[in-house]
Amino acid sequence: MSIQELGADQQVQVEMITCVIDGFEITVPKGTLVIRAAEKLGIQIPRFCDHPLLAPAGACRQCLVDIEINGRAFPKPQASCTIPVENGMVVKTQLTSPVADKAQKGIMELLLINHPLDCPVCDKGGECPLQNQAMSNGRAESRFEGVKRTFEKPVAISSQVLLDRERCVLCARCTRFSEQIAGDPFITLNERGALQQVGIYEEEPFDSYYSGNTVQICPVGALTGTSYRFRARPFDLVSTNSACEHCASGCAMRTDVRRGKTLRRLAGEDAEVNEEWNCDKGRWAFKYEVAKNRIKNPMIRDSSGQLQEVSWPEALAEAANGLKNSRSGVLVGGRVTIEDAYGYSKFARVALNTNNIDFRARLHSQEELEFLATAKTNATYKDLDNADHVVLIGFEPEDESPIVFLRIYKQVHKRSIKVTSIAPYASRGSEKLKANLIKSASGSEVSAISALSGLTSKSVVLVGERISETEGGLSSIVKLASDTGAKLGWIPRRAGEKGAIAAGALPNLLPGNRLISNSSARVDIAAAWSVDSVPSEIGLSTEEMINSDLQALLIGGIDPMDISPEAKIKLAKKFIVSLEIRQSDITDIASVVLPVAPVVEKSGSFMDWQGKVRKFEAAVDQTLNRSDVRILSMLADEIGKPINLPTVNSARVEFESIGSWDGEVSTMKLVVGAGNKAINNDEAIISSWRNLLDKGSLQDGEENLAGTARKSKVVISQSRAKSLNVSDGDLVRVSNNYGAVTLACQISDIDESSIWLPRNSLNSQLIRNLGVVSNSVVKVAKA
Amino acid sequence: MDNELTPRSDEFGLAKADQSKAPITNHESASFGKQLLGFWVTLRTMFKKVNTVQYPEVKEPTAPRFHGRHQLNRHPDGLEKCIGCELCAWACPADAIYVEGADNKEEERFSPGERYGKVYQINYLRCIFCGLCIEACPTRALTMTNEYELADDSRGKLIFEKDDLLGPLRAGMVPPPHPMYPNTDDSNYYKGEVTTSHPSQGIAKND
Repeated sequence: MSIQELGADQQVQVEMITCVIDGFEITVPKGTLVIRAAEKLGIQIPRFCDHPLLAPAGACRQCLVDIEINGRAFPKPQASCTIPVENGMVVKTQLTSPVADKAQKGIMELLLINHPLDCPVCDKGGECPLQNQAMSNGRAESRFEGVKRTFEKPVAISSQVLLDRERCVLCARCTRFSEQIAGDPFITLNERGALQQVGIYEEEPFDSYYSGNTVQICPVGALTGTSYRFRARPFDLVSTNSACEHCASGCAMRTDVRRGKTLRRLAGEDAEVNEEWNCDKGRWAFKYEVAKNRIKNPMIRDSSGQLQEVSWPEALAEAANGLKNSRSGVLVGGRVTIEDAYGYSKFARVALNTNNIDFRARLHSQEELEFLATAKTNATYKDLDNADHVVLIGFEPEDESPIVFLRIYKQVHKRSIKVTSIAPYASRGSEKLKANLIKSASGSEVSAISALSGLTSKSVVLVGERISETEGGLSSIVKLASDTGAKLGWIPRRAGEKGAIAAGALPNLLPGNRLISNSSARVDIAAAWSVDSVPSEIGLSTEEMINSDLQALLIGGIDPMDISPEAKIKLAKKFIVSLEIRQSDITDIASVVLPVAPVVEKSGSFMDWQGKVRKFEAAVDQTLNRSDVRILSMLADEIGKPINLPTVNSARVEFESIGSWDGEVSTMKLVVGAGNKAINNDEAIISSWRNLLDKGSLQDGEENLAGTARKSKVVISQSRAKSLNVSDGDLVRVSNNYGAVTLACQISDIDESSIWLPRNSLNSQLIRNLGVVSNSVVKVAKA
Repeated sequence: MDNELTPRSDEFGLAKADQSKAPITNHESASFGKQLLGFWVTLRTMFKKVNTVQYPEVKEPTAPRFHGRHQLNRHPDGLEKCIGCELCAWACPADAIYVEGADNKEEERFSPGERYGKVYQINYLRCIFCGLCIEACPTRALTMTNEYELADDSRGKLIFEKDDLLGPLRAGMVPPPHPMYPNTDDSNYYKGEVTTSHPSQGIAKND
């Protein structure tokens, strides 16, 4: 472990070791591997199995070097990826030792014996470590004249990942990743000797949420992604660093584009955030941007009720007319960039002269509004690395923020840290984290939170957005954090929510965490915007806006089915201006539709759950960069109250110059939770969350990814199964006055009064089917 | 060494510049004998065999290895040799070739093996006929013909698509997509062991 990996308070004196590599002296911390020390000198030793984030394996033997300690030489070359440096060690790599060079050439020849001459059709060709190192450290010609071993190819180990066993060099990177990083050991090395091969269990496919990473770290083309198969060559692609738009984890990404079309996305490197990993949703769910229902031109609804394509000036004039002289509000949606959120925030205050603005396109509460405006949520990934205890409340990291899961799992794997989860049942994710489960029905988490003990200032409490569905939940969490000194992290599911808070896209908040109730904060913002004043009345929340008699709404990307089943009908009565990428439930009822760009076609930045800003540039060139803020600026001009944010960059500069509030802060008004609900024998309290891979609209158009989604199941307890007389896999019907869902059941150790269903998966879209998602009584019966 | 690397702007340089201003004149007038020698070349050429060809009425064959228009070849049963590997595009110094590969499916097969070239374009406005693409092709799918008549009246027409480049179906070939010859795999094709089509692959073209 190097010094950088430890927290500042933990910095201990690391013993330094001096050794000689190829005649150069180098001093490195104790425990550094020879291959890594050589890297520091700029000496490249060829390797396949070595990966800095995986435990050493010494599987491929390509990194052989000559080593001598205190004058005594090893009798044979040694694998430099498994040997730590020692004092007095003299290492000779292939550059200075003919023995090491010959050994490496020999290993390469051995690896190539059974490697097929597939390079022309192999996806890895052109960016293949085996190809490159065979050129740099291999023999020019093969001496092998026998018949190469062949396997049937390719084998689909999941719907997303294909395996070509004959290309494999048995480096075990994929199996080590699955075991050590993802905790999904569904993939192993089977057989021995020449027949050794990567395989999966016969019944269970490789349905890990992180399977895409194995494709990225495979040093040959043995693992390839179905979606990218044969689509392009590395030299066709233009790579752009970008940020992931799917969740608040904040992964650095690389987007590869060929002729204006995104062909693949890879995990980028950021040691402070996602290290080198990402989840399958971030990697593969990008086809929504080329979906058939993309909106290309502005549209307005004509007298017959049909949307007609019109010119930009016409559409803007129509939108401005509808918004100008009516009581109006703004629904931002949770997926906007910081710049766009700032645009919406300023637009509402300046152009519409209202504080009716809310980014929350999901279930929410007044208590949450208070919490978001006042609570200090300052936990970071680094705090997770140093934590002694992680508490998860209303938050399933594997499903709702997969990189947070990887970071917690890393410490569970490395230091066996304590994890406590307050949830109705132990999901696969919390089982992998060996979490201590405090079983709690949805709606009654408060008592479990208040009873938590043993937290220190090094503990981290991670809270999901779902806890706002429980009255008093967030209040008890704020109390818990202030009582124990534990670090608090609020992790929303969507990528834009943190940034939207910072940009003031809330009814009680101005940009930079300035409370609207604070008059000097209002003066501050009015001065920054060069307006006389900003409205002082607290605005309406999303739900209030939908239910209110507001005449007009400006709506960014929201799905009414995320809020309530009646939302669409209520919204349809208003004049709606919709800024959308694709046709949606909102464009169905909108009077004016203005097209905006998806993430690959625009620049901007997201704020991850730690509050770190993740900038990205447009990946596709020749784009119009129709970010929401540009359109809002034009619309404000049309209304006659300009917001002067003609470009993304101008919004970024203005937002940064405003800065965060450094005046007095208020504390949250605490809310007392409600008691438990009484239920009959045939009833249960419904609980749910969204699976990572589900019917989310950003996952449209990617069938291979959908193939690895977990099957929809209703989780019931042992005693409930007994009373219903069902066994694992039998169909169970969950119903209420609104509707019903019938799913196969899974008997598990769940809170006796609860059942659990996925919130938005195949055959289980709860708001659509039942009208409720949690904290509500439903009838359960055998189907 | 120093003198060579750093030219000094001294009087030497100025003198040189002055010299270059001097007009270059030839004061020597050609003698009669020399003028006659010039006419001898003209005279001699008048009695030589004429090289002019009455093109386009008469078309002389080119040299056998002349680099003309490309052709995408077929296996003897009609399947395409191109596997969409893009090595030709990679080798092309003029960036004249654009290829998109795709998966062969069992029900829709264009070439032996897993992959075929779905899109294949050569831009003859860019091609410099160097032949590096032919050297790069791992399956001998791409070769050059001797055809040199490649003029046209629009830029679009000079981007040749796969259909324009594919070799003709000869007798015994079945137009793809169709399955591979029974009981063979792609290596049998590359070894030249498939010499004709099989009735199960479809109706072969007659002569």
